[in-house]
Amino acid sequence: MSERQYKTVHFTLNGKPTERNVDVRASLTDMLRNDYRMTSVKKGCEVGECGACTVIINGEAFDSCIYLAVWAEGKEITTLEGLLGPNGELSDIQEAFVEETAIQCGFCSPGFILSAWEILNTGKEYTDDELRKLLSGHLCRCTGYENIFRAVKKTMLRRLGKYEEAEKVNDAGIVDTDERKPFASLDPTVQA
Amino acid sequence: MYDIKALYEAESVQDACRLLTEHPEAQVIAGGSDVLVQVREGKRAGKELVSIYMLDELRGISIDKDENVRIGSLTSFSNITKNPIIQEKIGVLGEAVNMIGGPQVRAIGTIGGNTCNGVTSADSASTLHAWEAIIEITGPDGVRYDKIKDFYIKAGTVDLNLGEIQTAILIPKESYENCFGHYIKYGKRNALEIANIGCSVNVRLSKDKKTFDRVRIAYGVAGPVPMRAPSAEAFINGKAVTEENIEQFGKEVLNDINPRESWRGGKKFREHMAVVMAQRALRESIRKAGGEVR
Ligand code: FES
Ligand code: FES
Repeated sequence: MSERQYKTVHFTLNGKPTERNVDVRASLTDMLRNDYRMTSVKKGCEVGECGACTVIINGEAFDSCIYLAVWAEGKEITTLEGLLGPNGELSDIQEAFVEETAIQCGFCSPGFILSAWEILNTGKEYTDDELRKLLSGHLCRCTGYENIFRAVKKTMLRRLGKYEEAEKVNDAGIVDTDERKPFASLDPTVQA
Repeated sequence: MYDIKALYEAESVQDACRLLTEHPEAQVIAGGSDVLVQVREGKRAGKELVSIYMLDELRGISIDKDENVRIGSLTSFSNITKNPIIQEKIGVLGEAVNMIGGPQVRAIGTIGGNTCNGVTSADSASTLHAWEAIIEITGPDGVRYDKIKDFYIKAGTVDLNLGEIQTAILIPKESYENCFGHYIKYGKRNALEIANIGCSVNVRLSKDKKTFDRVRIAYGVAGPVPMRAPSAEAFINGKAVTEENIEQFGKEVLNDINPRESWRGGKKFREHMAVVMAQRALRESIRKAGGEVR
């Protein structure tokens, strides 16, 4: 490259307005990590497959590795750091990840938690299949996904005030009731 | 850092046309979920890019004055799926683009990018062919329109001349009115997968719902570009809604398609899949249309 090309971008990061002069070749991951030290934004595949770099842009989860930093202009961006309370308290979904051991090495966790954040903020109750699809943009090499799924499902139920049901979500992520046998969703004769 | 030679950001559609004319070697970048990945792979490294991503005027879905459903080329897949107009008139398109990649990719990927790539496996492509979409192209000398089948020239090449960009995709009223469709994607995984073969069918039934008034079917990955299956359509149009006709409709497809042998799937396998998918997608379309198979 003959001459470096820079551009000033103005955006809101975790609720605070900010501006930076960035190299136009930078990805949003590059800018958030290098210029803002938002190290929760992980560099995994850098081609939009693993979800480790996920951030929330205007309320929706995006892979920041395939997003040019200059496109941040005018956007509201949230990283995992933005979920903490004023004194560093963990949010409900982060607590649930800890409780359910949904974290091993932790590399996928910030991304998963942010997608979960978007899902939970809709205030809707999703079926197991819908939740799985909504979480499908992330790869985890450690946990086998079930603990992550359980953490999200329990938090969803708690936010809807269904505390008892949340406590009954078992290891397979299914609510145990007398009428409903565990692994019902794996029964091929049952249409999802 | 991406290996980009220079980035030109368009400030309007006309500005984009000007930039592309001034930089004939430059590549247009919309959402970037393909272009940026190709830059990383080295395939498009060291090139100039013209970004149109910030052109909000190219986003959104509306019904225009001629009652076409108009989809701005930069509308993301996630916004297409959530849009009430799409859900009401062309539900299958929202369902098809909801099978692309994963949620974050659907937030950035655009319908314009999906078609301008000229890739046969694009999940939107077969449905847009089956609904006879019209492509709106804007260039330095104004606007022109292409039928989608003419827009796809060959694998990886679409009908865009120097300085032109795709600005919208239109589905005419004649094409969507009383039509119900279904898309089936076959891939090895449920998410983050490229279609091994994709099939989109839609039907318009007669008033008493006993006859096929119009059936259209298109495939992705059954040939180098997305394609309709004209013999299958000719066979079924005007026939009664019976299981026998549905079976034969699937078989007729083999007169039209020409899938290739690739590591994602063999030719024979794809042909078999194409037949079965045609039949299943047709049955499901009939169900959505409120019809009953006799
Ligand atoms: S690092 Fe962005 S998706 Fe893998
Ligand atoms: S906890 Fe290690 S990748 Fe998910």
